[in-house]
Order: sequence, then C-alpha cells, then structure tokens
Amino acid sequence: MPDPRRPQFSAEQLAEVRRLQGLYPDKQGALLPVLHLAQDTFGYISLEIEEYVGTLFDLSPAHVHEVVTFYTMFFQKPRGRHIVAVCHNLSCHLLGAKGIIEHLKERLGVEPGETTADGNVTFLTVECLCACEQAPMMQVDDRYEGLLTADKVDGILRGLA
Amino acid sequence: MAEKILSKNFDVRDAHTLRVYRETGGYRGWDKARGMEPAAITEEVKKSNLRGLGGAGFPTGVKWSFIPKGSTAPKYLVVNADEGEPGTFKDRYILERDPHALIEGMLIAARAIDSRLGFVYIRGEYVQPWRVFSAAVKEAYDAGLLGKEVPGGGFEVVIHRGAGAYICGEETGLISSLEGKKGWPKLKPPFPAIKGAFGQPTTVNNVETLACLPHILTRGGEWFAGLGTKSEGGTRLYSVSGHVARPGVVEAPVSVTLRQLIYEHCGGIPGGRALKAVVPGGSSAAILTPDEIDIPMDVDGPKSKGSMIGSAGVIVMDDTVSIPDALMVVARFYAHESCGQCTPCRESTGWIYKMSHRLVEGKGRKEDLDTILDVAKRGAGTTICAFYDGAVGPYISYIEKFREEFEALIRSGAHA
Repeated sequence: MPDPRRPQFSAEQLAEVRRLQGLYPDKQGALLPVLHLAQDTFGYISLEIEEYVGTLFDLSPAHVHEVVTFYTMFFQKPRGRHIVAVCHNLSCHLLGAKGIIEHLKERLGVEPGETTADGNVTFLTVECLCACEQAPMMQVDDRYEGLLTADKVDGILRGLA
Repeated sequence: MAEKILSKNFDVRDAHTLRVYRETGGYRGWDKARGMEPAAITEEVKKSNLRGLGGAGFPTGVKWSFIPKGSTAPKYLVVNADEGEPGTFKDRYILERDPHALIEGMLIAARAIDSRLGFVYIRGEYVQPWRVFSAAVKEAYDAGLLGKEVPGGGFEVVIHRGAGAYICGEETGLISSLEGKKGWPKLKPPFPAIKGAFGQPTTVNNVETLACLPHILTRGGEWFAGLGTKSEGGTRLYSVSGHVARPGVVEAPVSVTLRQLIYEHCGGIPGGRALKAVVPGGSSAAILTPDEIDIPMDVDGPKSKGSMIGSAGVIVMDDTVSIPDALMVVARFYAHESCGQCTPCRESTGWIYKMSHRLVEGKGRKEDLDTILDVAKRGAGTTICAFYDGAVGPYISYIEKFREEFEALIRSGAHA
C-alpha cells in the first residue's frame, strides 16, 4: 500500500479526481468521493493526505481536517485489514447485540475502537446500519451480516483469518 | 391481502435489471410523464395526496411547487438515500431490489421541477445498495433514458456516497455534505427550493417518495389518493423490527393500524410474551403503550397520540424490556450523532446520555428524571434543525409513560 505519510495519487487516479470534480457544479462537491478514494488507496487519512487532498481542491488543510473528522467512516490512523462493526442501536440491542459485542471482545481480545495486535481486525460498535430486520447484525468490510449468534460470529471470524 | 405496489418487485428475480423492470411494467409512468406539461405532473401528484416518506411528511407536490418557475437558474433534484433513522430499512430494499423504480421516479420529478441534474446521496455504509443502484443507473444511461443528449432536455444522475453521519439525512445537512463540507444543517430561510445545493433551487425527496411516482403517473393521482386515508394517499413501506415473529418490510395501505402491523402482518410477539411498548416511526418518534396501538399508521394516527409516523420504522418491545435501558441506548445514539452546531442540542444530548447511563448503572438520583424532562422540554424548538426535537420525543415519552419503572430503579439502586 502506498505510504500515507507521503501521499501521491497515480496519473490514473488524478484523472479520476478531475472526472469526479467535473460532475459537480462546484468541484468541492467531489471532496467526499476523493477522500473515499484516498482512504481506499492509502488505508487511512493521515494529516499529510488531508494537506495533499486540500491542494487538489484549493482548500485549506483545516477545511479538509474538519470534514475528515466529522464523518465516522474516515479513519485518522491505520486500521486493520478488516473492519468488524457491530450495531448497538435499539433493535439490535433488543435482540442481543450486547452479547455479540461481549463475544467479539473475548474472541478478538480487544475493546471496541481497537485493532487486534496482528493488525487483522479493527473492532467497532456503530449506530443503526438500517438492517434491523436482521438484528442483531454487523458490517464486515463491505457486507452486512445478520441474525448473528456466537457460532455465526465465529464462522465469520474464521473467514477473516 | 391488499395489492402490493411499491414492493411488488421485491421478490421478483432480477427485478433490479432494466429488462425485468420493463417486463413488470416499468418506465410506463415516465412514458406518460414525458408527454405532459411539468405543471400537469405536479397537479397529478398533488391530487395523489403523496406525502414525503423520509420522515417529515410534507406534501410532495406542494414541495415541488416552491421551485421558482420560469427561472433560468439550474435546478437540482437531490435524492435522500441517506437512510439512517433507527428502525428504518425500507429504502435499502428499493435501492437493492427495485432501483429502476427510483430512477423512473427521478425522471418524473425532474421533469416536474425542470431539473437537468440529480444527485443521489447514499449513506456510505450502504455499499451493496450503492453497487446495485450504480449498475442500474449505468443501464439507464446505456438505454438512453438518462443522459445530457436525450431528446427533450435530458437528465443526468450523479451518485454521491456519504461517509457516516446521521445528520446528513436532514435535508440541509445533506446539502452541506454534498457540497464537500461537514454535514451541518443550514438556517432556513432560505429554503432549499430557493437556495439549495450549490446555491441553486433544489428539491430533496426521499427514495420511497420518488418510487411512488411511476405508479401515480400510470394509474392516476385519484387512484393513489383512494388507497390511503384523508390525510395521506397510497400505501407505505413499514419497517418492522424488534420483538415480532416476522420482522421485515411490510407494505400496507396507510389506513393499516399499528395493532394490525404487529399482530397480523408480523405474526405478533414471539414466545407468548406481551407487548410493553412500541416505537411507531423511527427512534425519534415518541414511544406508544399497548393501549395506544389502535391507530391508523398515516400522518395523523401517531400524531393523535403525541407521536409521529416519521419514517414508519416500527420497533416492538416485549415485556422483558427495561425501558430505562432502552432510553440509555437511544440517548447514546443522539449524543453520538448531534452535529454540535447548536448549543442546546450538543450539550443536552451529551448530558442526557450521561444521566441515562448513570440510571441504568444504579447510580440515578431522585431529581434526574425531572432534570431530563426539564432540559428536554426547554431545548425543543430552539435549534437550527429538527434533530433535537427528534431526540426529545424518546426522552420525554419514555420517562413520562414509564416513570414508575425509572423511579423503582432509582430506589433500588441497581438495575433489574
């Protein structure tokens, strides 16, 4: 993965940045999409990336920082190879999210907000992911996993090893 | 069983593809609309009594009519696909299972407000819905339904992914986010219809609202109005979760009662348990007790009990649930999601969460309940957006309707 401390998009990516900027009446509209691109490329959004992205938009690093820190999906420090994000909102809570969270704490050996020592999994608790019909549920990287039980969680974790 | 309209394609194989969508009658509403004057489309939608299905319940045709007419300024149609109200998941079904219904609805709405460019703001966590919807948009471009060069003016669609923030479901917060800023709601006026996204006239409509339009155009506004009640036309997609035997998306005419949704459509409460409480319209709606569920689930029904239909996210709680514990979970959500712009909201959501947490830890104080009620009631209506008013719904209703349970918890000093 390219170095997040010395960020530089490839020529192809820079063309994509310009294409995204061209979709909006004001190019600043593309800031979130470009930050997604940056995070996909470098793994997280370092201060250096904020400054670099700012130069692509003629925006101050402070503005980019303000945006990055506002949204939960932008990570400001390195994260695990996988994200396991358990919903702890009401419907999932009613159907046992607490037990799932405790089970994950034990299996992963970390608290919510932390990454396992081997760098494999970042464990999070999150607000409603809007899949309450599958409660209790969690997001694992790009996909939703629902109707969770301790056994089902174990199977999912094995798939991430 | 009433006719399925909005959900008729949910279980049809490959309904997310243009071919199957057309086979099910798709794009006939647009075929009709493209031959109509924009004002006639708006009139038809007014006649349908369609109300916004994202939460606020504002009449859709009226909302469109606020867009200035005859102005040469670009006008934008923005789709709120930032589904986030706890207990709500119906827009995800449309995006994943019937994405062309949304595209067709957008084409119709865009013609009504004379828009050539639309933005679809999808919450960042919705990766699969985003992929499916993006593929549908590509198909629509390839088929000549979308594009700048389409005869008659053309309409283009930009899909914009959010990055995790409940407040971006608030329409002006969404606009801020679309503009490349943190998602802070904006003071109104000016309303988005006058000065919205990128400073131009903008209509923000919910996914489900737009998905109603093809049917309204095909079968007429009067037909749609006749499906519903006096206050609201049509059917709705109710998201039902919590302690029911069959949770899921239920489509029903808006005259359906909350009791019918729980006991007939969703199979009642499992394990022979009794109903203790139910949230009728997403977590921001005041909680209802078992004697308050014989109400129609339209705009007026929950309102008659001091609650709201909101996003129609129904969360059912059986008699094992601790209401103080549920309040702590909900209070944690509002504390986490307050954008921090307005002092009453930022401070109150944070402190009320701390107090509700203290309560469930058995460290509650006698005066805590009145303090929460006082703070909640004084802050309502003092902020830029409706977020805090939404938080106040649960704070007040949980405590006022289950006060004895809270008091017993404080007396015992331990959580049951």
